[in-house]
Amino acid sequence: MEPAEIIQHSGGAIGAAWLMIALPLVGAAVLLLGGRRTDKFGHLLGVLMAVASFVVAALSFAQLLGFAPGERRRGIELYDFIPGLAKVGLLVDPLSISFCLLITFVGSLIHIYSIGYMAHDPNRRRFFAYLNLFVAAMLLLVLADNYVALFVGWEGVGLASYLLIGFWQHKPSAATAAKKAFIVNRVGDFGLLIGIFTIFATFHTLAFNDVLANASKASSGTLTAIGLLLLVGACGKSAQLPLQSWLLDAMEGPTPVSALIHAATMVTAGVYLIVRSGPIFQGAETAQLVVTIVGVATLLAGAIIGTAKDDIKKALAGSTMSQIGYMVLAAGIGPAGYAFAIAHLITHGFFKADMFLGAGSVMHAMNDEVDMRKYGALRKVMPLTFVTFLIGYLAIIGFPLLSGYFTKDGIIETAMEHNAVLGWLAVLGAGITGFYMSRLVFMTFFGTKRWEPTAHPHESPAVMTWPLIILSVGAIGLGAFLVLGNRFMTFLSPAVGAPEEMPSFHPFSLTGLVTLALVAVGAAFAWVKYGRAEVPAVAPRGSFLTAFARRDLYGDALNEALFMRPGQWLTRLAVFFDNRGVDGLVNGLAAGIGGTSGRLRRVQTGFVRSYALSIFLGAAILAGAWLVVGNL
Amino acid sequence: MPWLSTLMGVSVLGALGVTLVRNDKLAKQFTLVVSLIVLALTVAMAVQFSPNGDKFQFAETYDWIPAFGVHYGVAVDGIALVLILLSVILVPIVVLASWHDAEAGKRSVRTYFSLLLVLEAMMIGVFAATDVFLFYVFFEAMLIPMYFMIGSYGGAQRSYAAVKFLLYSLFGGLLMLVAVIALYSIAGKGTFMFSDLVGTIQDVTTQKWLFLGFFIAFAIKAPLWPFHTWLPDAAAQAPAGAAVLLVGVLDKVGTYGMLRFCLELFPDAAKFFTPLVITLSVIGIVYGAIVAIGQTDMKRLIAYTSVSHFGFIAMGVFAMTTSAGSGATLYMVNHGFSTGALFLIAGFLIYRRGSHFIADYGGVQKVAPILAGTFLVAGLSSLSLPGLSTFVSEFMVLTGTYQRYVVPAVIATVGVILAAIYILWMYQRTMNGPTAESVKSLPDLNAREKWVVAPLVALLLVFGLYPKPLLDVINPAVKDTLSSVSVTDPKPAVPVAQEGQ
Repeated sequence: MEPAEIIQHSGGAIGAAWLMIALPLVGAAVLLLGGRRTDKFGHLLGVLMAVASFVVAALSFAQLLGFAPGERRRGIELYDFIPGLAKVGLLVDPLSISFCLLITFVGSLIHIYSIGYMAHDPNRRRFFAYLNLFVAAMLLLVLADNYVALFVGWEGVGLASYLLIGFWQHKPSAATAAKKAFIVNRVGDFGLLIGIFTIFATFHTLAFNDVLANASKASSGTLTAIGLLLLVGACGKSAQLPLQSWLLDAMEGPTPVSALIHAATMVTAGVYLIVRSGPIFQGAETAQLVVTIVGVATLLAGAIIGTAKDDIKKALAGSTMSQIGYMVLAAGIGPAGYAFAIAHLITHGFFKADMFLGAGSVMHAMNDEVDMRKYGALRKVMPLTFVTFLIGYLAIIGFPLLSGYFTKDGIIETAMEHNAVLGWLAVLGAGITGFYMSRLVFMTFFGTKRWEPTAHPHESPAVMTWPLIILSVGAIGLGAFLVLGNRFMTFLSPAVGAPEEMPSFHPFSLTGLVTLALVAVGAAFAWVKYGRAEVPAVAPRGSFLTAFARRDLYGDALNEALFMRPGQWLTRLAVFFDNRGVDGLVNGLAAGIGGTSGRLRRVQTGFVRSYALSIFLGAAILAGAWLVVGNL
Repeated sequence: MPWLSTLMGVSVLGALGVTLVRNDKLAKQFTLVVSLIVLALTVAMAVQFSPNGDKFQFAETYDWIPAFGVHYGVAVDGIALVLILLSVILVPIVVLASWHDAEAGKRSVRTYFSLLLVLEAMMIGVFAATDVFLFYVFFEAMLIPMYFMIGSYGGAQRSYAAVKFLLYSLFGGLLMLVAVIALYSIAGKGTFMFSDLVGTIQDVTTQKWLFLGFFIAFAIKAPLWPFHTWLPDAAAQAPAGAAVLLVGVLDKVGTYGMLRFCLELFPDAAKFFTPLVITLSVIGIVYGAIVAIGQTDMKRLIAYTSVSHFGFIAMGVFAMTTSAGSGATLYMVNHGFSTGALFLIAGFLIYRRGSHFIADYGGVQKVAPILAGTFLVAGLSSLSLPGLSTFVSEFMVLTGTYQRYVVPAVIATVGVILAAIYILWMYQRTMNGPTAESVKSLPDLNAREKWVVAPLVALLLVFGLYPKPLLDVINPAVKDTLSSVSVTDPKPAVPVAQEGQ
């Protein structure tokens, strides 16, 4: 089934969809321009704007459901942004509204949670300003009806991410991590930009409507090029190989940021881009193949990294990489995978945000300690955090009937049908997930207390636990709701198309059973090593493989060797060359003309006289030229 | 009403008036008022400009040296109009920013502000001139006030920098003079009026020689790689306000000249030299950015970023597509505001601490958050963050260039990554991290400084989200220029029927 036509729309909540973007943007502007005067109510205004945005999204969703499925793609004109290149409008359709609901709902919960988490930070107002800015940019990214406006949102979320990773900017590590995130993302954006240039050169328009409906008329070579370039952008934003290295460092940001931006929403933008640009990828098999390979490689790499991290946030970050790898894999498969990619994206948004906020709750209780070797036995003192975290954990490992079970299994089954090698690797990834997530839970909540003497853990306040409870409800039921009866696939199909044949859900398929078995093995192994056995306070040296995983598969070392060091040399060389070479040559010439460099120096002391002299010389040359030319 | 002469007249009268004022403070206030009047008059003129009317509007032509057919001829098209707007917006901002900059100078404070107004008149004149000889006169005469502003009010090495600036510019100017005279005599029309000279040189070889005469002058002015080495010295030694006008406006005369004179007077030569110019531009984009990354001096760093940005502008001019040409013109305007903001805020910082060197700072964000925040906005504009104005122009230049020259456009896009490195690294080293002992007592921006920065940041944001008012004026003028060069935009591989576009 092909995507449906876009219908121009005005009126109702959908006609006012721009408010979703405008409200948090106004919030950010007020809080940034208002300065300290807004300190008192800054957090409340921030929450209010996020919630208001959610209300608009929910009303738009309700209005959209009122239309027949084939009429659920509504375009809203806004204004002529770059005359001749791009008008800006919004596209409210099943795909974008799904994102809007996720972003504003989870976003609102994280705003609320941050009231408690950031309560003692003197710059809490600025934090909420940046969070609002992020929500606005992210909504622009998914609501834009063309590639330029998408790019504005795309880099806008990058800016918010930069500001929030480096929120504690007095810490050099935070400032460096923020800069790294921005620059690595710029490498991805380099690809995305060239992809957009290619789209414009090919179609002379950047509107989704015109480009995607006519994509099949372009040559497959062009489509492959565009697809691969868009993929480069997606890799940067979604921390997929080989542009993954920034995400682990990004954990320097406050934990609510990690939950909202670096787990639930921003990092999934790459998946959105691929699914949105579906008709381009469907005309480019090679590009699709590369997408699936990147997805599988990253889902394994992220999982392996997750096994070796003692920092709870970094372990979760590895897991995020890995889960997005699943989504990218599904997105590369085409219409059969789109609905699962987005469904997993949504459930992941819930259970991963749940776990990140849970980790934040633990850190909050443990004096901002992140080393799991200094946790242990926390289930007794933080029961609510423990239970909600446990639900998120069960959801991510694919425990039967919880959210991840339905959405991740859907991806694995679809991948298996598409290509058995990819499918089995995805199954393997699920097994590793079972191990590293269990390890995390055992090290944190079970075993013996390994706390620092100064730690006095306690349950977090209600403003932090309620968001956890609500998110864990989603982690329980959302998967079944979306997947059973192909509810989400049917809903999404007018926007992204649908496979010839709707998949049917088999609770006892071979793949599913093998996956469950592997997950169980992984969890059991983790229990033996980290649950039953004593966790050493200092990480053992481990094998070569452990070191490999601990050092993020040498991603940073590779970047350093390939880009950073040569880059530094190139920079030094260029500066030297510019001072001695280009400038030296010119100065030498000038000195030569002037006679000696000594004379040149003397010239430089008599400003007016030298200027008069120069004018005189100029006049002489002028006169000479006049004579010569006049006699031609 | 003779709008353009009035603008210049008010500036010149103001400059004379300043010298008569006995009191320094009064002189500053007087200059500010004059520059605001010029701004108001320019805006009044601009709103009467009709984008789809005659190519040149508000035209005034008088004989000047009838024996040689030299005229005092001024008028504006969309391109000249936006550049004049840029100039007259920057002048009052610079006046306010330079409030105390001239106090340590070799000459009097009044002279500095008088020079500023003289320069303003010349900046208007150079963009408005419709007589090629008059253009040349302004082109050269502009050097004089700038030379004194650098040489008498600049930093420690101001004399070296001022003379270097002067020698480079004079060299280019002389080449242009030869070409101007040759153009006059070969055309044989007995006039220097631009519109009469367009299309008169048919012989391609002649075109090539004359093109080079103009182009080298403009390439030094802009400056393009490898003619750029005077800029970092001049910009670093000039007082911050003069640096803004130098890099923000004076250098634009170079890229403006390429678009106006090189393309329209010598279309065949321009096409012949396009590969060369695009190559130099792309080298400049990447080279300027790499050298910027390695700088240890804030002002030199900003100057090198401009070398990179001028590469984008020149590439856009010579790509000869509507998008690239309009983007390049818009870039000239946007770059003036964004680099202006960077230079001025860096200037405020340097004024407080007394050092140009990045290493002497650290953690300023903690003690001066507004200064740091606005510096970041200016920096983000320099790295072309969407939502800020430079993004629009850079995007247009690259999109337009890619339509015709894929490989240069791709290499130029590397500049986007490098820009993130030079800006964010500088920001990190100066503003982030633990607060350095020497900056612990730095005050944040005062009211005057906020008034300097606020309009610039507002312009960056407004034109970043809504560039249409500028582009509506620029687009027709650029289309007109390209049609007189007789080039058309490449056709798309897949034509898409679009509603309303």
